[in-house]
Amino acid sequence: MIVPLWTKVAVAAGALGIAAAADAQQIAEPGKLLLTNGIGTIEGASGGGLTPWAVIAGNATRDGIGVQASATAAELKDYDFQVAGVAIGALDRVELSYARQRFDTNWVGGALGLGNDYKFDQDVWGAKVKLAGDMVYGSEWMPSIAAGVYYKRSLDAPIVRAVGARKAEGTDLYVSATKLFLRWSLLANVTLRATNANQNGLLGFGGDKRNARTIHPEGSLAYQVSRRFVVGGEFRSKPDNLGIAREDDWFDAFAAYALNRNLTATVAFADLGSVATVEGQRGVLFQIQGSF
Amino acid sequence: MFAFVAFAALMTPQAAAQEQPVEPYKIDPTNAGAAPFAGDGMARAFGGQDGISRIVDRFVTANFADRRIGEIFMNQDEVRLRRVLFEQFCYILNAGCTYTGRDMRAAHKDMGVQQGDMNRLVENLQAAMQAERVPFAAQNRFLAKLAPMRRDVVER
Ligand code: HEM
Repeated sequence: MIVPLWTKVAVAAGALGIAAAADAQQIAEPGKLLLTNGIGTIEGASGGGLTPWAVIAGNATRDGIGVQASATAAELKDYDFQVAGVAIGALDRVELSYARQRFDTNWVGGALGLGNDYKFDQDVWGAKVKLAGDMVYGSEWMPSIAAGVYYKRSLDAPIVRAVGARKAEGTDLYVSATKLFLRWSLLANVTLRATNANQNGLLGFGGDKRNARTIHPEGSLAYQVSRRFVVGGEFRSKPDNLGIAREDDWFDAFAAYALNRNLTATVAFADLGSVATVEGQRGVLFQIQGSF
Repeated sequence: MFAFVAFAALMTPQAAAQEQPVEPYKIDPTNAGAAPFAGDGMARAFGGQDGISRIVDRFVTANFADRRIGEIFMNQDEVRLRRVLFEQFCYILNAGCTYTGRDMRAAHKDMGVQQGDMNRLVENLQAAMQAERVPFAAQNRFLAKLAPMRRDVVER
């Protein structure tokens, strides 16, 4: 039997059309609720500013793939700190991230014999998996729970070793639980991180006081003022491994505003305590985050 | 004869607001899927039955007209939806109603609702509550009652 070519083409096109329609059903356009993907952390993952949350970067739901890009700049009393981060979030389940951090020592570099404006740089690769729960939906008391890992590599190996760090690269492991308690308009996050990073890795990993990873709690609490606007605070406890440079826990108070579905601006007042021998490192942090 | 019936349907308000019959089900206010709030604080925050009625109207209209989820509502019984959704909201907000509709699982069975659709519906509801000037904290308290229903609405 001879089937005319145009019939075959039409049948093929029809099959393709059905396939395309079926795909369109499954892969949904991005549609997270505003701010429920958090902002970009200084380590590139999604979350608060200082601590990762059990959310997945980007605007995609469990039916799609989304991305986030964030640029952060902090002006501290004596230092400047910049981060550029990207993250991809798949199926509201898995997140992969990368960030480049740059810490400018300004005059302190000179005083430490590194030269004025010496910059510490670090690469941070991250992976996060959502294990259970949901931040908004489901049982009112069941948070979203995620586990993640950061692999960090200082680009200043000789210097960080000279300060006393055992290694220039290290791995952080963490678990986070995050919930938006709608009845109080409160978002709460708790993270436990196992780490031996000195100043988040910028000063290397491990030191003369301690080399092994220790477990440190971190937390965020935020009040949702409106659909677009949240204010809150964060806390991140840290190891203190280096004899010559005491290290303090970090705190911030932030306000984040979703300009639209794709852009969120954040301003925070951060207190990083003593950094590389210089005390009282308070300052302002700005971030612009794009999500798609 | 046919012309006369059609004419009558246009004229009488009851006939204009005709609901389609649905499969029989057991009427029970717990079908609403959430226990009502205690006290009248939430009912007042929503402007009582009048406010709730305006919110439901705006909400349903937005859902039918929605670029993303409109097609899920298309060809459904809008008249019935307006009535039972009002009952459900009014009941949960403790504004003096009972709920006579179906339970959430039965109402949304095989609808193929995805997570992003649910979020869009929430956004439409937020816009409707905002238009009625419901304080944001009260909006969230109401959403806290609806959020657990996701498992009965969203597929998978
Ligand atoms: C927690 C969220 C939701 C609540 C409280 C809710 C509430 C209701 C109620 C009370 C009914 C009427 C039940 C009855 O006829 O007896 C209904 C029906 C319906 N809902 Fe929802 N709904 C929710 C989410 C959704 C979503 C996300 C969609 C789609 C995007 C949706 C689409 C529909 C449609 C199309 C109907 C009409 C069904 C029919 O006439 O057979 N609903 N909903």
